[in-house]
Amino acid sequence: MSTPFELISRLGARVRKSITGLGAFMRLGGAILARSGAALRRARLVSQQVHFIGNHSLLIIAVSGLFVGFVLGLQNYYTLSRYGSEEALGLLVALSLTRELGPVVTALLFAGRAGTSLTAEIGLMKAGEQLAAMEVMAVDPIRRVLVPRFWGGVIAMPVLAAVFSMVGVIGGWVVGVLLIGIDPGAFWSQMQEGVDVINDVLNGFIKSVVFGIAVTLVALHAGWTARATPEGVSRATTRTVVHSSLLVLGLDFVMTALMFGN
Amino acid sequence: MTSVSPPDTILQFSDVSLGYGDFTVLSGISIQALKGQVVALMGGSGSGKTTLLRAATAQIVAQKGRVTAFGQDIAQLTGESLRQLRQRMGVLFQQGALFTDLNVFENVAFPLREHTRISEAQIQDRVLEKLDAVGLEAAAHLRISEISGGMARRVALARAIVLEPELILYDEPFAGLDPISLGITARLIRDLTDKLKCASVLITHDVKESFAIADQVYMVGQGKLIAEGTPAELSASTDPFVRQFLDAQPDGPIAFHYPVTPAYTKWLEQRSRRRS
Repeated sequence: MSTPFELISRLGARVRKSITGLGAFMRLGGAILARSGAALRRARLVSQQVHFIGNHSLLIIAVSGLFVGFVLGLQNYYTLSRYGSEEALGLLVALSLTRELGPVVTALLFAGRAGTSLTAEIGLMKAGEQLAAMEVMAVDPIRRVLVPRFWGGVIAMPVLAAVFSMVGVIGGWVVGVLLIGIDPGAFWSQMQEGVDVINDVLNGFIKSVVFGIAVTLVALHAGWTARATPEGVSRATTRTVVHSSLLVLGLDFVMTALMFGN
Repeated sequence: MTSVSPPDTILQFSDVSLGYGDFTVLSGISIQALKGQVVALMGGSGSGKTTLLRAATAQIVAQKGRVTAFGQDIAQLTGESLRQLRQRMGVLFQQGALFTDLNVFENVAFPLREHTRISEAQIQDRVLEKLDAVGLEAAAHLRISEISGGMARRVALARAIVLEPELILYDEPFAGLDPISLGITARLIRDLTDKLKCASVLITHDVKESFAIADQVYMVGQGKLIAEGTPAELSASTDPFVRQFLDAQPDGPIAFHYPVTPAYTKWLEQRSRRRS
């Protein structure tokens, strides 16, 4: 059985390890930002990553958005009909999506779809000595590999969140207007009236940019620090999903409190 | 120890010890590669040959002694100066280390795109010329996943020489090649060295091919430099280490079995205790 001294020492070691890990994470983020100027001048590398990360996630985002829109239509209709406010369905669906579900659900799906693929790609590049080869060829792997992927993720994320929200609104319209029979004029006019560009759309956009930075950085860091073995890459991929999902939910709470907490 | 090096010395190790952390892999290593020379570093598996390459490319720093490339102490170089030094080197990695997200052409074009401002037409000419030299011009369009291991090594060779560097380091250039590719690759390394007047350092355990093209051979084993000389001198050597390696004898001073360490003994004891 461990003595109290051993327990304290183990706790201390774990805390120190966590702080060191956080420091390494922040340093990598700083290194990526510091090298962004030179790398962004080669726009082709970034656009390739926007295509790779964004296009390949588009289908899962659109389908998920549609289903979330369906569910929002059904659930909100049930609640609103109890108060005789069914016409506000469009407004409620749009606000839920732009302020909250669009950025958050997109970020969670993005972590699972694009984040894991980024981690696995970087981890396997490391295992195959590709990053070492680049360094020996006098090419900085952070500038050549990480920076374009980082900005690819940061640019793709808000676009995907916008697609998610847009498709979600269509899903709500299908359920509310086409299936349940709410007046389409009321559905759209209440939405137009109630959704504020600055308060709702812009804040949702800011959230999705922050989530894009967080998820992409977690994914790149996990790949960059992965042990160069199949098991190491597999663990890093899992770490990406767990850490970025928790980070997204935590950041969402903080940003929601700041943006909408009066 | 200080040594006077000839003016055309490209790479020099002076009484160098190398290792990882507290563990020393090689010690007392003194070797040099001159302009226009093919130098072979030979030794059995796990003898520390790749560690020598990592020291030459500044991936690890010597625990003791001095590694100089182009007259500059590698340990003193950082940032831009290290980058400039590395641009003068070409490295063929043991596993090829090709970029799997690029095709064959783009892999070879990679150093040109990163370090030169030449036009797309010139890039195409130079890449196809190098691919032709390794017999793979018509494979330029293929993805890395579509080529065999031997082809991948030849593509990696084309990439290592595309900038026509002054020092080329080859880590096991003959491993995994069929007999035809092996002979051609050996000839290519010799011809390139003569044509570019560069220094070529081969890390290999292939005696026949490396002796056919090398000017100078160094043999490492048991953590130190065992022998050095021209291929003819080593072939005539009566040193038991050299003879065992060159004649591929199972018995001799080079042990086949990994030595028993205290860590192994402890591990075995713990395991036996758990089972009883």
